Amino acid sequence: MNDLIGVIVVLIIMTNFLLLAAGSLRASVRIISLQGLALGVLPLCVHQGGLTIRLLFIAVLVIILKGLVFPRLLMRSLRESGSARAITFYVGPIASLLIGIFVLGSSLWWGYVLPLPEATPYSLAIPMVFFTIVTGLFLIVSRRQALMQIVGYLALENGIYAFGVFFAQSESMLIELGILLDVFVGVFIMGVMVFHISREFDNIETSQLSTLRDWIHSRNDAAAKKDGR
Amino acid sequence: MMALALVLIPILAGLVSFATRSNHLRRAILVGIAVVHAALTAATWIVRPQAALGGWLQLDSLGLVFLSVISALFLSTSIYAVAYLAKEQTSSRPDFEESFLFVNEPEAVFVGCLLLFLGTMTLVTVSHNFGLLWVAVEATTLSSAPLIYFHRHHRSLEATWKYLLICSVGIALALLGTFFLASAATTQTGHSIPLVLGDLITNAGSLHVPWLKVAFLFMLVGYGTKMGLAPLHSWLPDAHSEAPSVVSALLSGALLNCAFLGILRIGQVLTASGAAEFANGLLLVFGLISVVLATVFIVDQLDFKRMLAYSSIEHMGIMAVGVGLGGLGSFGALLHTVNHSLTKAMLFLVAGNILGHYRTKSTKLITGMFGDLPASGILWMAGFLAITGTPPFGLFQSELAILRAAFDGGRYFVAIVLLLALGTIFVGMAAIVTRMLQGRPREGAMAHSTSEAAASIIPPAVLCFAVLVLGIYIPSALNDLLLEAAKLLGGHL
Repeated sequence: MNDLIGVIVVLIIMTNFLLLAAGSLRASVRIISLQGLALGVLPLCVHQGGLTIRLLFIAVLVIILKGLVFPRLLMRSLRESGSARAITFYVGPIASLLIGIFVLGSSLWWGYVLPLPEATPYSLAIPMVFFTIVTGLFLIVSRRQALMQIVGYLALENGIYAFGVFFAQSESMLIELGILLDVFVGVFIMGVMVFHISREFDNIETSQLSTLRDWIHSRNDAAAKKDGR
Repeated sequence: MMALALVLIPILAGLVSFATRSNHLRRAILVGIAVVHAALTAATWIVRPQAALGGWLQLDSLGLVFLSVISALFLSTSIYAVAYLAKEQTSSRPDFEESFLFVNEPEAVFVGCLLLFLGTMTLVTVSHNFGLLWVAVEATTLSSAPLIYFHRHHRSLEATWKYLLICSVGIALALLGTFFLASAATTQTGHSIPLVLGDLITNAGSLHVPWLKVAFLFMLVGYGTKMGLAPLHSWLPDAHSEAPSVVSALLSGALLNCAFLGILRIGQVLTASGAAEFANGLLLVFGLISVVLATVFIVDQLDFKRMLAYSSIEHMGIMAVGVGLGGLGSFGALLHTVNHSLTKAMLFLVAGNILGHYRTKSTKLITGMFGDLPASGILWMAGFLAITGTPPFGLFQSELAILRAAFDGGRYFVAIVLLLALGTIFVGMAAIVTRMLQGRPREGAMAHSTSEAAASIIPPAVLCFAVLVLGIYIPSALNDLLLEAAKLLGGHL
């Protein structure tokens, strides 16, 4: 079993690098769905008390949601927005990859020094979790399109979910379902908002979303005075 | 059962209103549910409901304080909302700032989300399981995002997107904090304590303290983002200024409190396990930063809804400071929660009246409100006096309690920063508010719809009166409840 977990953990780390390097929106959505699939299989391997119906149910649900439903949703809003297929960057893919390597390195160091309340046999688990979380946060701030921010949010959520799989197995099923429901509704609403953004601005660049600030009215007031209103 | 009913009734009604076609019926549902919710909440003051779902849903005194505030605000805003919705044009119309055309969101979505919002906020107040608490707080974000996007144009879109993304990311960190809490609750022998507040407090001795602290840090950052603690507040002024005033009132008066409650809950666990110092220190730091930052932005603010939004950040900071001081400070913070919510909701409702009349949010373009909108003008003045902590309004009492706690505890630095900030904010807001109120109305300014509808005056007037009463006399039932709740926070008076 441990070998399989190792494979999945490495797979998730690889998907993070792919996300950082990706140049097209479609590819990013595919990669995040792959990451979701890997994550869905993870609890089946990590379980300690044997394979229960509950575990199987959650795993199937996660695979369906993260592997199939979310990518569908994102692909649909990508199609409907009819916007450019290429990612526009604040921080380019090469620099992103270098940052990714640095983050993975420091995550490994963190995983080494962090005192865990319970010993875990999977030495790469903690670094993988941190790396995925930071990748998600980094994608949110370093890519310009709203869709990529959703992808970043999903990666962040995946990382947190992975932590839960490794270290908080005792969470009850109702809570897990609640969390999944929240994430689902969240991604759904974000997808709808992306559609509205594309309709409003003809693209999904978040740099458009920067008119609200504190001193904007001074300009309006000046204009109003000039017009003699 | 009662706790469950309080949560489920608004949620079911919200789902029904999505499918309801008649506007009148939907508005009737909105007010009807608000009345039922308020009545049920009032009933819980007399008979505290039993714990439901194996202790997950439980209404303790702390939850009851927050629940009562939510219920009272929702009742008053729902009445205001009906009048507001009746006045809103459904066809496309020009924006008053940039004069492009836009349409409103369908009313069914708006009312439905309002009710869902009420249900999810109620769930926050009764959740005693940290996982459930997280689910509930995230659900409040999701149900309120469509409310901010009621007027469908690019500014509200921007505000909604920022709100949705920043709060979701923030709250995701709180989920990580919840998982950290779960690992802190796993003992050496592999036995894990359930994440229920009561269980965690009784077994506080066997919690892993370093991980507990990390859990608190993440939950403070996560829920603090939603609460609007600086420097995590960036979504707040945008969302509050672009949302319809009814929604701003609920966001500021009820939603921010819910996030605050999340922080208080984990704070309870830390206090029980002897790490109160750590939690209180962080709360003090975040609280003071918020107060100072809000001061900077309130002075000479050009948008009166943003002014109110920054004032919310200020008061959230004051509450955090109050709890951070402990003892009398905790009591003061809870009293401040009640006072602030009532006052801020009232101010946002009045701001809605002003915006509806003058069609601008600019503080520079509005003069002579006393002449144009006498009732709203008086309420605006009273609200300004109340929110800046002028006696005899309630906020004076609660701010005094917090300041006394600071002086008694020898935290002179905290007290001085607070006093300086409060003084500056008073002067800053006074300059803005008096300019808006006095003087002659602007030439050619708005000859239309000068009459002020009763439904848009009575709800804020009632709230204002309540704050005034609280400043003079705190009913003994409320006082007892606040004392009991402060005791839960570890404040021994």
